Formats: sequence, C-alpha cells, structure tokens
Amino acid sequence: MAASDTTADPHLASPQLTPRPDDLFGIDAALTEEERAIRDNVRRWVDEQVLPIIGKAYLDGRSPKELVPGMAELGMFGANLPEEYGCAGLSNVAYGLIMQELERGDSGLRSLASVQGSLVMFPIFAFGSEEQKRHWLPRMARGEVIGCFGLTEPDYGSNPSGMITRARQQADGSWIINGAKMWITNGSTAHLAVIWAKTGDDTSDTSIRGFLVPTGTTGFSARDQKGKLSLRASDTSELVLADVRVPADAILPKSNGLKSPLMCLTNARYGISWGVMGAALACYEEARRYSKTRVMFNGPIGGTQIQQVRLADMLTEIVKGQLMALHVGRMKDLGTYSPVQVSILKRNNVNVATNIAREARRLLGGNGILAEYASMRHMANLESVYTYEGTHDVHSLIIGQAITGMNAF
Amino acid sequence: MKIAVCIKRVPDMDVRFKIAASGTAVDEAGLKYDMSDFDGYAAEAALQVNEKGGGGEVTALCLGPDAVQETLRKALSMGIDKAVHLKCDAVPFDGWAIAQALAAQLGGGGYDLILFGRMSIDSSNQSVGPMVAELLGLPCVTAASRLDVSGGTGKAQRELEGASETVEFPLPAVVSIDEGVARPRYPSLKGIMAAKKKPLEVKPAQLGAVTVTVTTMELPPERNAGRIIGEGPDMVPELVRLLQTEAKVL
Ligand SMILES: Cc1cc2nc3c(=O)[nH]c(=O)nc-3n(C[C@H](O)[C@H](O)[C@H](O)COP(=O)(O)OP(=O)(O)OC[C@H]3O[C@@H](n4cnc5c(N)ncnc54)[C@H](O)[C@@H]3O)c2cc1C
Repeated sequence: MAASDTTADPHLASPQLTPRPDDLFGIDAALTEEERAIRDNVRRWVDEQVLPIIGKAYLDGRSPKELVPGMAELGMFGANLPEEYGCAGLSNVAYGLIMQELERGDSGLRSLASVQGSLVMFPIFAFGSEEQKRHWLPRMARGEVIGCFGLTEPDYGSNPSGMITRARQQADGSWIINGAKMWITNGSTAHLAVIWAKTGDDTSDTSIRGFLVPTGTTGFSARDQKGKLSLRASDTSELVLADVRVPADAILPKSNGLKSPLMCLTNARYGISWGVMGAALACYEEARRYSKTRVMFNGPIGGTQIQQVRLADMLTEIVKGQLMALHVGRMKDLGTYSPVQVSILKRNNVNVATNIAREARRLLGGNGILAEYASMRHMANLESVYTYEGTHDVHSLIIGQAITGMNAF
Repeated sequence: MKIAVCIKRVPDMDVRFKIAASGTAVDEAGLKYDMSDFDGYAAEAALQVNEKGGGGEVTALCLGPDAVQETLRKALSMGIDKAVHLKCDAVPFDGWAIAQALAAQLGGGGYDLILFGRMSIDSSNQSVGPMVAELLGLPCVTAASRLDVSGGTGKAQRELEGASETVEFPLPAVVSIDEGVARPRYPSLKGIMAAKKKPLEVKPAQLGAVTVTVTTMELPPERNAGRIIGEGPDMVPELVRLLQTEAKVL
C-alpha cells in the first residue's frame, strides 16, 4: 500500500488522491493518511463540541474551559512532544493540522492550546530537568495543569530584552522574583506560570532565565484584562509578582538568555501559522456557502463576478499559506528549519488570514456583523494574532535583517 | 467476548454528487469516503460491550478494493483490535453476494456477537446483516438502539413508531445497530498513530453470485420554484384549495 508511504513519491505523500470540489488544489495529496485522519478527527470534534458554543462564549467574554478535558483526551496538548512524557508524539505537520482545525473554531481556543503546548510544555521539555519534565508534562498533557507564559511586560512588548522583572537568588538557594507581566494568555486560570526574569546584569539579556512558578505561590496575582474587542473567548491577564519566593529547583536549568524564550516563540509561531489558515478556512467556507444561497437582484450573489473574485482570492491565499506551512513543517520534522522561515510564514499567513476574514465579512453584508456568523469574530480575533508572537512589523524587520544583513530595529 | 463488526466504506453523501457515465452508479470522482454512519455506531457498541463486560477482542471486517483499508484503520484507531480486509475489485450492489463472502469469513470464527450498522448509507438495503445471520443459522435482531450482554444472553432495545421494545436472544447472534447507542468515540491522536501497527489481514473475498443489479440511477428532478398566490388571511381558502387539489398534500 502506497497510501501512507512518504517514500513512494518524492513530492506527494498520498499520490493516489486526486483533487475534489472541497479540495480544489489537492492539498490532501500532500498529506499522509495519518495526517488526514488526525485533521479530520479534530475537525469533527470542533464541529460537534466547539462551533455550537463558541459564538456565545465570545459574546460573554468567556474562555470555554469546559473544552479542556476533551482536548486533553484526544491528545491535543503538546501533541508533538514525546510519548514517554505522556504526549502524543506526533510530527510537526500533524501538530500544525491540529492547530488549523482548532482555529477553524476560534483563535482563542487555539491560543489556549498553543500556550499550553508550545510556550509552557515545550520550554519544560527543552530547558527543564528530568524531574521537572516527569512531574509537569504528563499532568499538562492530561489537561490537569494549565500553563501560561510570562514574557511581555507593560513597557517591554516588541523588545523583551529590556524586561524589568528580576529573580534574585538567596543564600539558601531559593529565588525571589519581582516584576509585572502583561497580556498573558491563560493567566487567570493557569496553575503554572513560566516566568522569564533577569537574574544578573540588568543591562544584558543573557541573564534572562525561565522559572516554573505555581500560581498559588504567595505574592503571585493575576488580573483579567477587561474590555477586549478581540480574542474574547480567551483569558488575557496581567500578572504581578511581589516578592514571590520559589525553591532553587524552580529554575529551568537549561534556559540561557533571551534566546530561550525566543525558541519557544519560534515553535508557537509555527503552529499559529497553521492555525490562522483554519480561521481563514472557516471564513472562506462561510462566504462560499452564503454566496450560493443569498439571492440579490437576479440570482445568488455567488454568480456575480465581484464575489467570485473575492472567493478566488481567498482560496488562492489559503492554499499558498498551507503549502508554506507544510514546507516549514516538513523541514521542522527533519530538524533543518530556521527561525527566519518561521517569520516569513507567520507574517504572511496571519496577514492573508486577516484579509480573508475581512473580505468574508464584507461578502456577508449585514449578516456579516452578527455573532451568529463566524467571519467577524475571526476578523477581530486575527488582529490579536497579528500583534502577538512578534508583530507583523517585527517579522518584517527580522526578514529584512536576514536579507540585507542590516539591523533596522 | 469475541465480537466482529462489519463496516462499509461509503461516499460522504453531504456533498453534491453526480451519476457516473454508466448511469447505474454515482460518479466516484471528487468524492470523499468514510465509514458508513451506522457502522460507526456498531463499532462503538462493540467496544462498549467489551468495556462493560470485562474485555475481549473486537475484529473489524470490510469488503472492497484496497482503499477500504483506510476505513479499517479508522476502526482500529477507535480501539478495535484487528482488521480483516476481504478484497475484491468493487463492492456489488447485491447484498446476497456480499453476505456470502462475509459469512464465509465469519463462520467458524468463534464470534459471540456479530454487529452491523442498521444499513449502509449509500445503498440503504438493510439486508446484509439479516442475510449473514441466515447463512450462519444465528438469531438476528435488527435496528437495536441499545445493546446489553450478560451471561450468554443479549438484550436489545428497538424503537418502533411511538413505542420501544426490548428483545432477548441467546448468543452467538447477529445484531444490526441503529443510532441511539452512544455516539462513536473520537479516536485519540495516539490511537490514530497506533492503528498502523495493529494486525490487518487481507484475504480474497469469496463473493456469491450477483443476482440483483442496478439498471438505472437518476437524481431527483429539480424542484420547481415556489409560487406566491397572494398575501393576507383572505388567501387562506385559496391556499387550502390548491394544497388539496393541486399539491394533494391535505
Ligand atoms: C491577546 C494577546 C495575548 C497575548 N498573550 C501573550 C502571552 O501569553 N505571553 C506574553 O508574554 N505575551 C503575550 N502577548 C503580548 C504580545 O506578544 C505583545 O503585545 C507584542 O509583542 C507587542 O508588544 P506591545 O503590545 O507592547 O506593542 P509594541 O511593542 O509597543 O508595538 C507597538 C507598535 O510599534 C511597532 N514597533 C515596535 N518596534 C518597532 C520597531 N523597531 N520598528 C518599527 N515598528 C516597531 C509594532 O509593530 C506595533 O505596531 C499577548 C498579546 C495579546 C494582544
């Protein structure tokens, strides 16, 4: 059987598949049988468990935490980390497809999973001690422990190297952490926070280390950030650390300078780049369906040239974005990808997704502004995604530096 | 318990499909395939019987061309232990031909319970399960919406128009499953990866002679556009008259 044999064809994982009306560009042929099965399984879960409730959760400004056990049971948390720590041990491409399907539901739900997997489980896996890995990773994979990632501060967003948060080691080996973090996804409900803090020379980012701080620790507080008009179905919080004392073994021993949190971000950005294609797909599908049933003047609006141009542009950008993500994913699986590739990918895919969501909203006319439809929710959500994990501008500067060799930050 | 569940790979009927050039089948180009809905319920019922009853083994069977192995692996990813692919070039329409191939494989297999979906959603014959029961000389219950097994006896609930009934039968037996038993579980992502490593045996299907064939297949006629006969309460008598005389629905 060649169905899932990636060596059978150097280009296509499933050469037996031909394009279908719902897969015009034949993306499925580039995926293995397992990858398609994983995607379809998560898609069914999102259709049945997320879509019926997400519109109301968004309006209520509530993160649908009741979905966490179901996500854990399927194995979505840290799905690309090894099985020996209780994770699913999937490829990065499969992980990306999970993110795509989750974000077809809502960017907030995907954010919850991205933070849990790429920003908390990943640093424990990459920089943690064996005891830290054995203690935290299985609990986080089971969804019993939810994590958050505290890097950004009120005065240091795009430039985290300037962070003010400090960890000072005491004579008994323990650490005392002081500082404030802002815009922290999952902050209010997390059980465990990965806090990035300077441990030595204040003027250098090489002293930045990661700490595992249980959120019940004295001196730690989290406050929900109210008044968001985007990512409303996600917790976003401000963290305050006032003389928070953690034991000597709370430090992530292999974390080393600003490059450690940036490695986490590279991982998360890869997943986000798939994720936003899910949001774009949801908008495209909604627009496609609507265009066939909404009759104005003499027939369905889908029969007009203007709306067909819209739909053609949407589909084209989606398949381009998916193929870019797939290319980076395959290279990530081989261990040959680079952070600048991820910058190119994140910058492009989020940008096109925001445009697709806006065009879908416009195609829907008045209905497009209702929460009953998904496009405007996605459109508003994607503005957060455009800003977090390195703003669009910041990625332009990373790419520009790689092209010219000149630093424009 | 040793349970067999027979599943069919069918096209996803939610998409618009076309009739093939032969005029006797749907055009397979551009269709997406999956396990028939009711067979998903049957697979779930098989797993639950063993989970409640303290273990056993579930085997999934599927008849068809090589592509059906993907559907068998889906069953394996749900937790089914092993799979048998009864290989043939195409699945005949005639349930009798299929039933003979399945019975040849199932007979002598020592199964306590053989499950089917109530019907396949593509051909809607509802016949293969009862035919296999007949060929194997086993009791048969169709369209069970609940299934319980204990001590060599099975109990099934069936939904009738406005009532439900419970029937009892000795094992081994053949049961076809309706929706109503728990929804098919989501395979875990690990389960999907593990499915490839589970046993999948391929055997030639010993199809019986085909006696029934499809001669024509056609799509329903396009519905005519609706007609507005007027507005307001004054029009009700006319509407009633047309529904009685023209549409003949009253
Ligand atoms: C919903 C949400 C969730 C988030 N979750 C997390 C989280 O879980 N953990 C976490 O640590 N952080 C999180 N963030 C923070 C996010 O990463 C920051 O918002 C982001 O890095 C931008 O920082 P800033 O908001 O301070 O904007 P600023 O850095 O102040 O940027 C303002 C503007 O200036 C531009 N700009 C900045 N520098 C330059 C330059 N050199 N040249 C040209 N233009 C420039 C930016 O592109 C932007 O347009 C989250 C943010 C949001 C909105």
